[in-house]
Amino acid sequence: MDFKFTPENIERINKEIAKYPVKKPAVMATLYIAQEQNGFISNEVIKEVSLLLNMTAEEVLGVVTFYTMYYQKPMGKNHIQVCTNVSCMLRGGYEIWNQVKEKLGLENMGVTEDHKFSLEEVECMGSCGTAPMLAVNEDYYENLTKEKVEELLKSLSQPLS
Amino acid sequence: MEKIVLPEIDNLHVLDVYVQNGGFTAAKKAFSQSSDDIIDQVKKSGLRGRGGAAFSAGLKWSFMPKTTDKPKYLCINGDESEPGSFKDRQIFEYNPHQLIEGILITCYAIGAKIAYIYIRGEYHKWVKLMQKALDDAYTAGYVGEAMKEKFGTDFFCNIYIHKGAGAYICGEESSLMNSLEGQRGYPRVKPPFPAQNGLWGCPTTINNVETIANIPPIINKGWEWFSKIGEPKHPGTILFGVSGHVNKPGVYELPSGTLLTDIIFNYAGGVPGNKKILCVIPGGSSMPPLRGDQLEGVKMDSESLKAAGSAIGTGGIMVMDEDTDLVKVLARIAHFYHHESCGQCTPCREGTGWLEKILKRILAGNGSVNDLDLLITVATQIEGNTICALGEAAAWPVRFMVTRFRDYFEARVSKEINLEVANKVHSMRHTAIPLAEIKN
Ligand SMILES: Cc1cc2nc3c(=O)[nH]c(=O)nc-3n(C[C@H](O)[C@H](O)[C@H](O)COP(=O)(O)O)c2cc1C
Ligand code: SF4
Ligand code: FES
Repeated sequence: MDFKFTPENIERINKEIAKYPVKKPAVMATLYIAQEQNGFISNEVIKEVSLLLNMTAEEVLGVVTFYTMYYQKPMGKNHIQVCTNVSCMLRGGYEIWNQVKEKLGLENMGVTEDHKFSLEEVECMGSCGTAPMLAVNEDYYENLTKEKVEELLKSLSQPLS
Repeated sequence: MEKIVLPEIDNLHVLDVYVQNGGFTAAKKAFSQSSDDIIDQVKKSGLRGRGGAAFSAGLKWSFMPKTTDKPKYLCINGDESEPGSFKDRQIFEYNPHQLIEGILITCYAIGAKIAYIYIRGEYHKWVKLMQKALDDAYTAGYVGEAMKEKFGTDFFCNIYIHKGAGAYICGEESSLMNSLEGQRGYPRVKPPFPAQNGLWGCPTTINNVETIANIPPIINKGWEWFSKIGEPKHPGTILFGVSGHVNKPGVYELPSGTLLTDIIFNYAGGVPGNKKILCVIPGGSSMPPLRGDQLEGVKMDSESLKAAGSAIGTGGIMVMDEDTDLVKVLARIAHFYHHESCGQCTPCREGTGWLEKILKRILAGNGSVNDLDLLITVATQIEGNTICALGEAAAWPVRFMVTRFRDYFEARVSKEINLEVANKVHSMRHTAIPLAEIKN
């Protein structure tokens, strides 16, 4: 299946390109935009991005695999990221991790069958002072307790109206 | 105590409020002086980098070539991914315009026309907040071509935000530049240093967010004023991020040289349940850990911490009480650096893997006393043998934790030397062990 950016997204990408003296540095932002549109980074996306930015597909793939925030498979609608690094761990990060794992029945990088949830164990997110924390997609939830997590998961499970 | 970087003024993140409180007067003042003068003042102020290495900011700027036909660049390091560090995000959120003003002055001083603020990818919210502040500053004419008229000067510069995508190593300055250029974020071999050969081969200065946020007050109130705050060799305030086992974790802006115990017990409210402290990592997870009974009299500035056997790093203070499982902590730290090693250098790529593997073995109860020496051997073989300082960042916590808490670690391993393991590991270089056996 071919992948083409929407005209609005092409416009956004052009704005990114304008920040730099050459096109290539826009690859990170372009991949974010592609991921937003397509859900994940497919081979077709890589091809399209490479054509757009005058890069080889291998160069684009190299960028995709270097970073943890580009996904090469579709993740859940709610991508849950639990930090288990030291400051979180000291304040119950692993308990939160185990709780979410159990509740969703997922292992690290797992996705539920209905694609509503996916789970990732992440490194320090810069919330050490408000630990433990997890993020749902782009939003941080901090100073967590098991009750708060329970409540959060419940609200996310509600059918979207 | 006066707060320089995060003053307690309501809504300071709003441009108008920032301007009402003297915002952009430092830039105006700076543009009326020569760039050499500005560099000189920053040098004399004694300001040292807040990104980890505590290098003199003014000195770094002075490395930028004066005569070159190439464009010059400024990179602001907001990758903030060192476990235990969460200070730069406060600046993005609460005082973004002071960072912007600091960038204008720095660009002027080093002769850069373009600055990039590299912000870690996970900080979606703070990227948005910073972008909003930047858009407002552009609209009001404080940044870009319009600033010529605003400030009545010939100088102008543009500021752009570049969002990372989840890689701790991109906080390392040369990795950051490769990442910004749209390549894999592999650190570069140094020299050449960024001031000679940075972004796109052009002269580049890289500074931490907090470092640059200190510039406007230095220009406004003078280098002498700044140099008298805190410890003379590392003056100014520092944003200390306190996390772990304290009652009031958070970011505290305090003069350099504040006592570590004062920060933990007074500002951060002490340890829950009045438990004893087993261990403190004073500057983010890659800095040498201190024993709980080593904290008395330790001052938080780079020289004092060096004397105490650690380093200031990013000022991220991680406190662990007496019930903490240090083996688990160290295994988690080792996992982090193994995960984040970019894999370019063999000692780092393989060594971080071994450190994690050995620590997990000890954690599982299968460690023997020779494992402790093995950890130190592996750590020592990483240090100094790699392209970038992630090698040291991975090795230090292991080497210092095992050495300083030898008693603790010995109690967790069998006193018997596990010959099978010892032979396997120590003879590795001479006998060909089937790969499957070495793995895991
Ligand atoms: C592995 C590694 C990660 C780093 N991460 C950061 C970071 O997230 N933020 C930062 O400002 N500096 C980081 N640094 C330090 C930078 O390389 C560089 O020294 C710093 O940005 C310079 O700014 P300063 O002189 O203002 O401190 C890191 C260094 C290493 C070796
Ligand atoms: S020391 Fe580690 S992180 Fe740094 S360049 Fe070498 S392999 Fe990469
Ligand atoms: S350790 Fe979890 S946010 Fe820093």
